[in-house]
Amino acid sequence: MSVPTTQRPTGTETATGRLGDITLLPDGIPKVTGDFAYSSDLWMDDMLWGVTLRSPHPRARVRSIDIGAALATAGVTAVLTHEDVPGSKYYGLEIADQPVLAVDEVRYTGEPVAIVAADHPETARRAAAKIVVDYEVLDPITDSRAAMSPDSPLVHATPTQDHYPGGGNILRHVRIRRGDPTLTADVVVTGEYDVGMQDQAFLGPESGLAVPAEDGGVDLFIATQWLHVDQRQVAESLGLPEDKVRLSLAGVGGAFGAREDVSMQIHACLLALRTNKPIKMVYSREESFYGHVHRHPATMRYEHGANRDGTLVYVKCEVVLDGGAYASSSPAVVSNAASFAVGPYNCDNVLIDGYILYTNNPPCGAMRGFGAVQVCFGHESQMDKLAAALGIDPVELRIHNAMAEGSLMPTGQVVEGAAPVAELLRRVKDAPLPAAAPTDSYDLRALPGGVSNTTHGEGVRRGVGYAVGFKNVGYSEGFDDFSTARVRLEVVGGELVATVHTAAAEVGQGLITVMAQIARTELGVEQVINQPADTSIGTAGSTSASRQTYCTGGAVQAACEAVRDGILAMASARGLSVEGAALRDGKIVAADGAAVASVADLLGEEIVEETREFHHRPTEPLTRDLGAPGDIGQGAAHLQFAFAAHRVVADVDVELGLVRLVEVTTAQDVGKALNPLSVVGQIQGGTTQGIGLALMEEIQVKDGKIRNPSFTDYLIPTILDTPPMQVQVLELGDPHAPYGLRGVGEPPTISSTPAVVSALRAATGRPLTRVPVRPEHITGT
Amino acid sequence: MDFLYARSWDEALAAKAERPDAVPISGGTDLMVDLNFDRRRPDALLDLNGVEEFTRWERVNGHVRIGAAVPFTRIINEIGSLVPGLAIASRTVGSPQIRNRGTLGGNLATASPAGDALPPLMVADATVEVGSVRGERTVPVREFFTGPKRSVLEPDELIRAVLVPVADGPQQFAKVGTRNAMVISVCSFALALHPARRTVAGCIGSAGPTVLPTPDAEQYLEAELADRRLWDSRAELDEAVATRFGELAGAHARPIDDVRGTADYRRHAVAVLARRTLQWTWTEYRRAQR
Amino acid sequence: MTGRPTSSHITLRVNGAARQLDVDNRTTLLDALREHLGLAGAKKGCDHGQCGACTVLLDGRRANACLLFAVAVQHVAITTIEGLADNGTLHPMQHAFVEFDGFQCGYCTPGQICSSVAMLDEVAAGWPSAVTGDVAATEIVLDAAEIRERMSGNICRCGAYLNIVAAIQEVAP
Repeated sequence: MSVPTTQRPTGTETATGRLGDITLLPDGIPKVTGDFAYSSDLWMDDMLWGVTLRSPHPRARVRSIDIGAALATAGVTAVLTHEDVPGSKYYGLEIADQPVLAVDEVRYTGEPVAIVAADHPETARRAAAKIVVDYEVLDPITDSRAAMSPDSPLVHATPTQDHYPGGGNILRHVRIRRGDPTLTADVVVTGEYDVGMQDQAFLGPESGLAVPAEDGGVDLFIATQWLHVDQRQVAESLGLPEDKVRLSLAGVGGAFGAREDVSMQIHACLLALRTNKPIKMVYSREESFYGHVHRHPATMRYEHGANRDGTLVYVKCEVVLDGGAYASSSPAVVSNAASFAVGPYNCDNVLIDGYILYTNNPPCGAMRGFGAVQVCFGHESQMDKLAAALGIDPVELRIHNAMAEGSLMPTGQVVEGAAPVAELLRRVKDAPLPAAAPTDSYDLRALPGGVSNTTHGEGVRRGVGYAVGFKNVGYSEGFDDFSTARVRLEVVGGELVATVHTAAAEVGQGLITVMAQIARTELGVEQVINQPADTSIGTAGSTSASRQTYCTGGAVQAACEAVRDGILAMASARGLSVEGAALRDGKIVAADGAAVASVADLLGEEIVEETREFHHRPTEPLTRDLGAPGDIGQGAAHLQFAFAAHRVVADVDVELGLVRLVEVTTAQDVGKALNPLSVVGQIQGGTTQGIGLALMEEIQVKDGKIRNPSFTDYLIPTILDTPPMQVQVLELGDPHAPYGLRGVGEPPTISSTPAVVSALRAATGRPLTRVPVRPEHITGT
Repeated sequence: MDFLYARSWDEALAAKAERPDAVPISGGTDLMVDLNFDRRRPDALLDLNGVEEFTRWERVNGHVRIGAAVPFTRIINEIGSLVPGLAIASRTVGSPQIRNRGTLGGNLATASPAGDALPPLMVADATVEVGSVRGERTVPVREFFTGPKRSVLEPDELIRAVLVPVADGPQQFAKVGTRNAMVISVCSFALALHPARRTVAGCIGSAGPTVLPTPDAEQYLEAELADRRLWDSRAELDEAVATRFGELAGAHARPIDDVRGTADYRRHAVAVLARRTLQWTWTEYRRAQR
Repeated sequence: MTGRPTSSHITLRVNGAARQLDVDNRTTLLDALREHLGLAGAKKGCDHGQCGACTVLLDGRRANACLLFAVAVQHVAITTIEGLADNGTLHPMQHAFVEFDGFQCGYCTPGQICSSVAMLDEVAAGWPSAVTGDVAATEIVLDAAEIRERMSGNICRCGAYLNIVAAIQEVAP
């Protein structure tokens, strides 16, 4: 097999640190020297460049495609259309409804129609522009609520697969009913809330390098979140057995959910096999906006009924998510949105309807928070509104209704382990508030608008807001969610070395650090090598759902334990007493703390290597039929819940609608902080993305077309939009999880958005029912 | 695409005369965006980075003559106190990296209503020195723009320098963006007081097809200042006067709805910015007496 | 489009070495570094100067390499992330970014580090602060607020900003 000449992204770098220690990243040095090879940095001397021709229409029939002129262009080696896809012409994470290249209809603006390989990207782009596609343009279906109507035209006239209760354009309808939602209450508040389409906007656009192999297969070097799910989809579309499609993880420039779906993987491999040359594909920023799924826009209708003392009597919620043209992970996203629609509160009477629709808008799928983000804005807005209606402090109202260990989810699932909702809220409320802004002087850097010089203090009011949220860790609803790890212990150059191999995607979250920490802790070694992730080992599952430390960490732990058992068996075979012994500091240490033997001496030339899978506890699908008491949408669908609370202090220029966040305080239970450094980093980063959704981030789609596919007009928070943060980390421990850990990555993204908006409401008195909040929403102009 | 170099003003003019289709490039911060996004495919570029005089500024007869390629960073650092309105606006351009490269010449030639430096040049009564092999002329900035991204520049002409009068009174600039840094203007407003002439000048950015002067607001304010003898008394300015000035300024906006903001919001925000910048400049004028 | 794109034989002074290359005139400095000179440290994030991932130094001043033509920067000394370490010894700023966990995915990091190194030079050269309305104010206090202000041209999507500030504070005088 050929290997690209650039350095591999992860390799022999090591750092020290055991579980719970502040541990620096082993890939830190190459990342600061510029040597770390991201997928866009890969290079082979004889490679060609692939580019994609995309549909300019959100909905059109494809009458014909003429590739003649493109193919005749000097420097062009291949031009492929759907006719050149040898295997499955459709792919998808769960539902294979997305064409590799448009077949007879395009369903969103930007849908791939043809691909071109040439000796230079500019040549390929110009050739692609010469492809003549005869479109019969149709009226796009772009309003998700209108798409629910039985009279609506269909995005998919004949859905390729429909194993969810739905129908028409409804991809999935999740119904949750528990208790008696017909009850009446002293105080009732209703509200409608909207969430715009957020983009993951990872900084390193989609890219990869596909290298044809002598065995007729292909090697793909790719930035992804889940090597094996890519492998399956690529192999199916190439019509090859999976062992002929080998994937290796290239450096990943951020992910946040957007690399869960296939983008250019199949295209690059098709071109590589057709041309018998390595194919490099790199999306531009503009193309990246069309090249991956986004966070679902949502419209939500809520009704909360409560007693005078604030106790929730019932909650009704209808959430409609716009799934766009193809399914992606939408069925799971809407399940989450329904599950978490009430928030981390006790309520015995719930009526929840979650819908996800096919439309001709850009496809939506996974993004950090995965369905919980949208409904958290809804339920937390409602809790603020309810508190105002009741005249109760909004934090106290939340604490009064706070879920705790043993509480029931709307799905009837018992919340096991710590559920410190009340404590998280108290902590952020009790944290000291930042000093008031000075009144006798001004510092532009601290004011809304900053150096743009829009205010010297005029119109600026301070608001404080709170929110709490939660979501599931790991895959839910009966999915067999597991990871695989291989651990080897050997003596290299006189030194004990552990090698850890998984297919888990390090995307910047710090997983490889944690895996090494686990090996050091379990095996008592200093030197740990993380072998690059690839498909030569079993699947690790996705780097998503805050699950990778749980599942792959669990697999590495299990493999380490097996290696340890192997070492102890060796020792035992040599007559040593190892009852209850452990491995520490390169030695076998007996239960009484006495060193029994040196592991290196024991091993000599031998190698102990073990591979283990870690399957998390099974979960259940939600029931889809009315049960005996009339309940539906019930079941222990989730593995673990993770909670976070935020307090936001914001200065708002109420006349101009501009915002400067003064400070964010957050508290989160992480069960056990395996690497405290990365835990805090995840919390800060997740919070920042939630701030972005609250204040600026939205893909604006009109008539099925993205109006702002650039970083000039899709704004993400700069360093000046990211305030100082107080982060409080609780370690309450989950007895069911490896090391007691709780997934970390997503909760901070969930509650930060509503906390920001709550602070803006406090400052402005405006209802602010839509995110991102735009200046004109604050000014009312 | 041909790449032409010039090492002097005369070389640049000769090159431009020979290739009027050549697009001049200096900092590149505007032009390169269009090229990278494939919105423009010029047949030729004329690189002006070798023309040393473009990067100089000098004081001339009560003016600062700023070479077309003096980057915004140097305007802030070196002549901020002479042309404060322009310096405040320069501080809001793009990012530190962009300010190190972006130039007045580029802002003028691009002629976008969102060019941050343009409103302060308007209110300072700056003039633009342009030239071609046919000769040189000066054009008041107020007459320079003919429409969105259009100016009086002839195909064979280049911008040589901008003559900005040294501030004869307080100047301000304020710009609304939906982020606290690195943001394109949703709308902006520049204001200059000219106490010696007893006039005021306002200009709106990014809320119309070009940057827009605000004569109705200016006339109103000049009359109020005269009637109330405020230039002499330097008394406080009634908030009602400032508000009315803002409203009249806002009425000059000709905004549209786009991805960055709505027309209604822009009109409203221009009024707020005009009112605030008026109070800031007036406060500075009052303080200057003491 | 009239005629074929023309190319040039140029010399770039990169990290202290003169490098000769043939480029299409349209080639940006960023593409020249990445695709012609094998210096892939500067990253392409947005194609138009709105993310800062491609920040390099021109005669010590920071600029976005995606907004420069390679043919137009032959007269300046170019420093990229690869040129900051001294014979294998990390630049103090590189060391501080590792020590303070100033990144997650690391894609923005070369740009952040180049930008922060140049930023400290700008402060040393007396470039004024935006701290007040007075643009000519000269006193510079390089606290966290001032570092943020001066680093606003580099986006970090992972949101490691607080650690980036800490890393720069460690190196700042």
